[in-house]
Amino acid sequence: MSVAVRLTGITKRFPGVLANDRIDLVVEAGEIHAICGENGAGKSTLMKILYGMQAPDEGSIEVLDQERTFSSPREAIDVGIGMVHQHFMLADNLTVIENVILGAEPSKGALIDFATARSRLGELGEAYGLALDLDDAVGTLEVGERQRIEIIKILYRGARILILDEPTAVLVPQEVEELFRNLRELKTEGHTIIFIDHKLDEVLEIADTITVLRQGRSVARVKPEDVTAQDLAELMVGSELPTPETREVTVTDQTAVEVRGISVVDEAGVTRLRDVGFSVQCGEIVGVAGVEGNGQGELVEAILGIAPVTGGSIHLHGDDVTGWSVRQRREAGMGYIPEDRHRRGLLLPAPVWENSILGHQTRRRFLSSRVWIDDEASRDHASNVVERFDVRTPGVHTPVHALSGGNQQKLVVGRELAIECNPLIAAHPTRGIDVGSQAAVWEDLRRARAEGLGLLLISADLEELIGLSDTLLVMLRGEIVARLDPARVTPRELGAYMTGAAA
Amino acid sequence: MAAVGLALLVAALVLVVSGADPLVAFGNIWEYGSRLETVIESFNRATPLYLSGIAFAIAMRMNLFQIGVEGQYILAAFFAAYVGAGVGSLFPPLHIAIILLTAMIVGAAWAGLAGWMKVTRNVHEVISTIMLNAIAVSGVVSFLLGRWKIESESLDTRLGDIATTGWFPSLNPIVELATREIKRVELTGFILVAALVGVAYHLIINRSRLGYDLRATGANPWAAEASGVPPRRTIVLAMLLSGAVAGLVGMADLLGDQHFYSLRFPQGLGFAGIAVALLGRNHAVGAAVAALAFGWLERASGVLEVRGDAPREIVTIMVAVIILFAVIAYALAQRRRRIEAAAAASAQVDSPAAAEEADT
Repeated sequence: MSVAVRLTGITKRFPGVLANDRIDLVVEAGEIHAICGENGAGKSTLMKILYGMQAPDEGSIEVLDQERTFSSPREAIDVGIGMVHQHFMLADNLTVIENVILGAEPSKGALIDFATARSRLGELGEAYGLALDLDDAVGTLEVGERQRIEIIKILYRGARILILDEPTAVLVPQEVEELFRNLRELKTEGHTIIFIDHKLDEVLEIADTITVLRQGRSVARVKPEDVTAQDLAELMVGSELPTPETREVTVTDQTAVEVRGISVVDEAGVTRLRDVGFSVQCGEIVGVAGVEGNGQGELVEAILGIAPVTGGSIHLHGDDVTGWSVRQRREAGMGYIPEDRHRRGLLLPAPVWENSILGHQTRRRFLSSRVWIDDEASRDHASNVVERFDVRTPGVHTPVHALSGGNQQKLVVGRELAIECNPLIAAHPTRGIDVGSQAAVWEDLRRARAEGLGLLLISADLEELIGLSDTLLVMLRGEIVARLDPARVTPRELGAYMTGAAA
Repeated sequence: MAAVGLALLVAALVLVVSGADPLVAFGNIWEYGSRLETVIESFNRATPLYLSGIAFAIAMRMNLFQIGVEGQYILAAFFAAYVGAGVGSLFPPLHIAIILLTAMIVGAAWAGLAGWMKVTRNVHEVISTIMLNAIAVSGVVSFLLGRWKIESESLDTRLGDIATTGWFPSLNPIVELATREIKRVELTGFILVAALVGVAYHLIINRSRLGYDLRATGANPWAAEASGVPPRRTIVLAMLLSGAVAGLVGMADLLGDQHFYSLRFPQGLGFAGIAVALLGRNHAVGAAVAALAFGWLERASGVLEVRGDAPREIVTIMVAVIILFAVIAYALAQRRRRIEAAAAASAQVDSPAAAEEADT
């Protein structure tokens, strides 16, 4: 078999960090090659180098037996390399066909030749089983369909070597199967696929060859037949993979937060949340599963008080807080871990210590009087969060934008846990942090639960949901469609409820 | 330092192009600018500039682009002058307090109007403050000045005089203790008020709960909202505070120099304040340095015109060039600091301790 991509001795340094340390990677033509590793292992950097987004400091790149140096993705595309990024790069208000040809429009004089584009896309779709309605606006599509557009986009540009950066992170199990079917189809047609992932069963299922990276080095190149998930995990972290299991029951009869039949209608008059009701007891973790965009965001905003509810009521430790402001609810103990830390959770230009009191700046312990903030107490608190939650920062005066994503997330999680909020509304608390820190966060959540925390947990990580929750709710189109016992449900079944396949 | 050198070089070029000898011109500027009288004039000029800069900075700290200081201070000065003249003679501290309070209330109300329009009707503050500037200066003041003007021998249309009990004392006697007799000019006592406002600004913005909320909103309004900052109330509050300070801008001239409002009342201080705030990076001390620099450059370079070295336009260009270079130098320094912080943070991640923990 010929070699599609051969990277030899790739080294990439960032100020103070060795992101890639003499990495070797050999990808054979027509195979699905998985690259696994923890956050920060250097996977993304390596792929950016292959795709021409960054130049390596050392090492060589060979594509189809020809040595290459790419100074931009454009040059990588020209030799047949395409990449699907983790965050889709699509324009929501354009149609599928417009998105696909954007930047590579076939022209007829000064006009775009839609007919040619349409027939070429038709062929592509046919050949790979990637069926799509070309005239739908992208904004109306599901995540899985958007991903398919990204794949078609790079095929349309003539890619023979496809790089997919954590393609399954945003998909439910059923969609993952669909994706895998498409990938196998592409493989039969002779495409080479490089697949970045850290979900081990998926890697074992789809890959022909697996390269494991750890701390910027390539530590193993294995065949899936020869290894178990456990072996892979140990290669990745150098130790056992922790699991998010909670078992002993700590639920009390005190209610931390209760929502009674709340509904939310947005400005456009669309019902986003319909008659949702549940309660979270002190010492209980209630998990909310659902494909993103099925009302979880609206639920969180309603409980926090950012978005008004159009019906129903919200109760905090027994008080009806439906008419309370965000500040009043925060002062009554509500904690919040937002799904998007940059948007709702952090002041990026502000130092760590100021961020460590955000959301709690009116608490007595951070004030020296009614008017003044107690800088010293706040900084002590920040040092405490940094130490306890292993936030890697040069100091509490460092602006938060200088921290890596994982450390920013640990700061957000640590802030809420150190302040001892109750209840805590947490959306994707371990998103973007590596396996080691993830286990630490789970441990902290469990400890807080044992001490009486009522936690509403929204997550896309089904193992996390099943492992941590005492009760599982499934949301679909703004309604709660199922209440499940996490001890008896498998990720597959959960996926079926999430997509509405199970009734 | 390199920036200052470059700025002087470019300024010299401008002078050469206009046909003046840069060395002679710089010599004249330095000689004139280091006179005690010029320095005092610079401080007098810097006082309203500083207040105007702080007024702009208050709103800027929460990302409100409040360019209505111009209208607010003129309207405030007009009403303050009218009230101040109307009350006759009073106990001096009371008289001054009434004038200042009127100015602050008028300024705050006018700015608050823009804030109110933003939170209720979502009118962008740039649009509303520009409109309010026009309404204040060309509308309200022009109209009422026509009604309330007094007859006088001068051709100037003006309001009545404020009685001497409403004059702010000059600091000349104190300065003279340390230096020598000052001729022609008086150092405005209002500079002390400006300094007080600067200190209050620093403390409130950087140390208080309110300041934290304000800065949080400026840094990230969505995160601030989720943290419990009431977005609307904070916008209106920031505008009120900004407007109150804007109201003080004209008081140095009104109480320390002119003692009445007329068509010749100084204009343009509101817009100049934007440059002061930007150059001073919305920082209390930075804005003070910027205001003094502006004041001095303006006063000292005026000599070129008087001595016939260069026309007024060239002097203006020269001053602008120097400011431009200062801004660029500051931006570069800021950038370097950011990069260093990021490098320090990633070095932390790469430390041996980090690697060990990932292994266990």
